[in-house]
Amino acid sequence: MNVGVVVFPGSNCDRDMFHVLSDVFHMTPQYCWHDKPLPENLDAVVLPGGFSYGDRLRAGVIAAHSPIIQDVKKIAEKGIPILGVCNGFQILVESGLLPGVLLKNDSLNFMCEWTNLTVENNKTPFTNKFELNEKIPIPIANGDGRYFVDDETLKQLERKNQIVFKYDQVVNGSSNQIAGVCNEDGNVVGMMPHPERAAEPEINPHDNKPSSLIFESLLQKIGANN
Amino acid sequence: MGNYRVHVTIENKPGISDPEGKTILNDLVLKGTHQNVSKINTAKMLKFTITENTKESAQSKVQEICDELRIYNPMVSVVTIDAFDA
Repeated sequence: MNVGVVVFPGSNCDRDMFHVLSDVFHMTPQYCWHDKPLPENLDAVVLPGGFSYGDRLRAGVIAAHSPIIQDVKKIAEKGIPILGVCNGFQILVESGLLPGVLLKNDSLNFMCEWTNLTVENNKTPFTNKFELNEKIPIPIANGDGRYFVDDETLKQLERKNQIVFKYDQVVNGSSNQIAGVCNEDGNVVGMMPHPERAAEPEINPHDNKPSSLIFESLLQKIGANN
Repeated sequence: MGNYRVHVTIENKPGISDPEGKTILNDLVLKGTHQNVSKINTAKMLKFTITENTKESAQSKVQEICDELRIYNPMVSVVTIDAFDA
């Protein structure tokens, strides 16, 4: 199970993601530098968190113009599972692969804390092992995590079941408490919280099982494809 | 051909909250003696220097660059583009 972990200048959660994919879930991840073509025969791609290009101009926008994103778009069209976490989510939004935009948190603070998500869509490659409305204790760590969509797009997201995760309370001012969304086909998922920081009991003081299900869902999906 | 300065001002669309502007207003300006200030909006400005035939073409070229490279996010932001002789 080959998973590409895309690395941009300023990514800083790539190693955590690599560790979890390989050591915890026994997949075969590989780092993919942003200005090289994406390797062929990948089963999934993860865009990890960090501060690509130092968040200059706007979080994610410069990375969204990296050569590798053209390849990510191509495999997204083929239905390959793609997960963007935190800055990875911002990049997916800025590249047009996901709707909406991520703005500065209402508090203007960099927020680093545990939140609770609820699963709103359990049909994606990253949520297929969850029950609907299942809770996930999971940390956020961002300054620009306030998901925003206009009212019309919000209705469309609801109608097409593209809201994947919501916070169970007001966290940062996100539209409708949205924490993660998917594309219309459901194979591209972006989320602000960090599942790679919650999927092991050693680093999760609450319950690591729900976050583990994000990776186990991927295993199930890839296993079903192969 | 000549050099032109082109200023690109990126700001939130009306209705998109601007917590930084509100903080500057409520926690700095209104805590002083400037009670006649009713609103502050923050914006980001990029200053381009560009070589073009005319000021108008300098302005339209910069607009094109801003649209093509998503210098601003049209979902939440508007841009104002002003061109000047260098």
